Amino acid sequence: MNCDDVRRLADAHHDGELDLLRQMEVDEHLRQCRACAAVQESHRALSAALGAGLHLTAPPSLRRRVRAALKGSVAASPWSRVRSLQWVGVGLAAIALALVAGPMLSRRLQADPLAQELVSAHIRSLMATHLTDVASSDRHTVKPWFAGKLDFSPPVVDLSEAGFPLAGGRLDYVGHRPVAALVYRRGEHVINLFVWPSSEASSHETIRSRQGYNVVSWSQDGTSHWAVSDLNAMELRRFASLVQAGP
Amino acid sequence: MPGSPVEQALLPHLDAAYNLARWLTGNDHDAEDVVQDAFVRALRFFGGFRGDDARAWLLAIVRNTSYDFLRRRRPQQASDPFDEEVHGAPDERPSPEAELLRRADQALVRQALESLPLAWREVIVLRELEGLSYKQIADVAGIQIGTVMSRLARARARLKQLLAGGAPQEAP
Repeated sequence: MNCDDVRRLADAHHDGELDLLRQMEVDEHLRQCRACAAVQESHRALSAALGAGLHLTAPPSLRRRVRAALKGSVAASPWSRVRSLQWVGVGLAAIALALVAGPMLSRRLQADPLAQELVSAHIRSLMATHLTDVASSDRHTVKPWFAGKLDFSPPVVDLSEAGFPLAGGRLDYVGHRPVAALVYRRGEHVINLFVWPSSEASSHETIRSRQGYNVVSWSQDGTSHWAVSDLNAMELRRFASLVQAGP
Repeated sequence: MPGSPVEQALLPHLDAAYNLARWLTGNDHDAEDVVQDAFVRALRFFGGFRGDDARAWLLAIVRNTSYDFLRRRRPQQASDPFDEEVHGAPDERPSPEAELLRRADQALVRQALESLPLAWREVIVLRELEGLSYKQIADVAGIQIGTVMSRLARARARLKQLLAGGAPQEAP
């Protein structure tokens, strides 16, 4: 892969939108080419600049207006009624989108604020010097550490051979309950794997992205797993499937 | 208070809806009107929605409502067909821009984002501020994934140029 190829893929690489093979090819090139690495570095810096405080929050008055609108007690503002015919098109498009997307609405929606909370927990763990409570690459040290601190014993998998060494474990508090946070590394990247017991049926992994972090979640053997990292989507998925495969 | 299913489904995305409307319309008052109308539309069509991505679905409605609004208020801006070619190629000069970008003042970053053409601004807001995937952005904006990629590349090049200096590009 030459510089032209890499520059063409720079945005997709930065956004974690490349397939694993190409992602790795670009990574390889970036290790050797300082000019291309500088471009990727400036992409990250730009994302950081945009991510800092530009996201706007709805004012409370709007929240009240929208609640009222959802109860059907408020009509659309006058200007919008003029073009009601256009909305037939939007409606059809929405229905088409809905048919394609599949009937998973409620589960994903309930999971959404949780994803946000977990990303926040991930960011907090990186900001303070509190990434781990127990720092060890040995799962036989990390797993017993949780005994007596949680009402469950989190499964701890050794993935060092696959390139995801364990860095330790931490107690965290998410979704109104204490959870186990297992910390893995991938090169410079940190992966927080949040684990807690749940009554949810086993489910395949779902991936989403929040504030530039990727979040992969799945349920397995009565346990909810949520992996959060700035690692690209493909690699985080691979991490998830390795954890699912177990020790 | 749990609220109705539609409330539970859509209200968590109010901030995302407002954020998009605010960046597209450019002011608080218009953004609030747009969001309210978008939720009224969403309520109307919600019965037909069976997707797993209510946020993207809602944002598509917010986006269309914003564009309708802009078409009425500022016919020029929204109705000009957006020509990918005349907006220049990404600036590919290698440089230690990262340091300059990191130090960029927040007000300057906001100003730079506001100055982008609408079609670029929306992909940046959806990607960088909302964290949507290319596929989701394509669905929300009604464009091809390839177009998402080229607009993102150009928008980022412009932002870098505005925030870290460098060779000027032609104005839209």
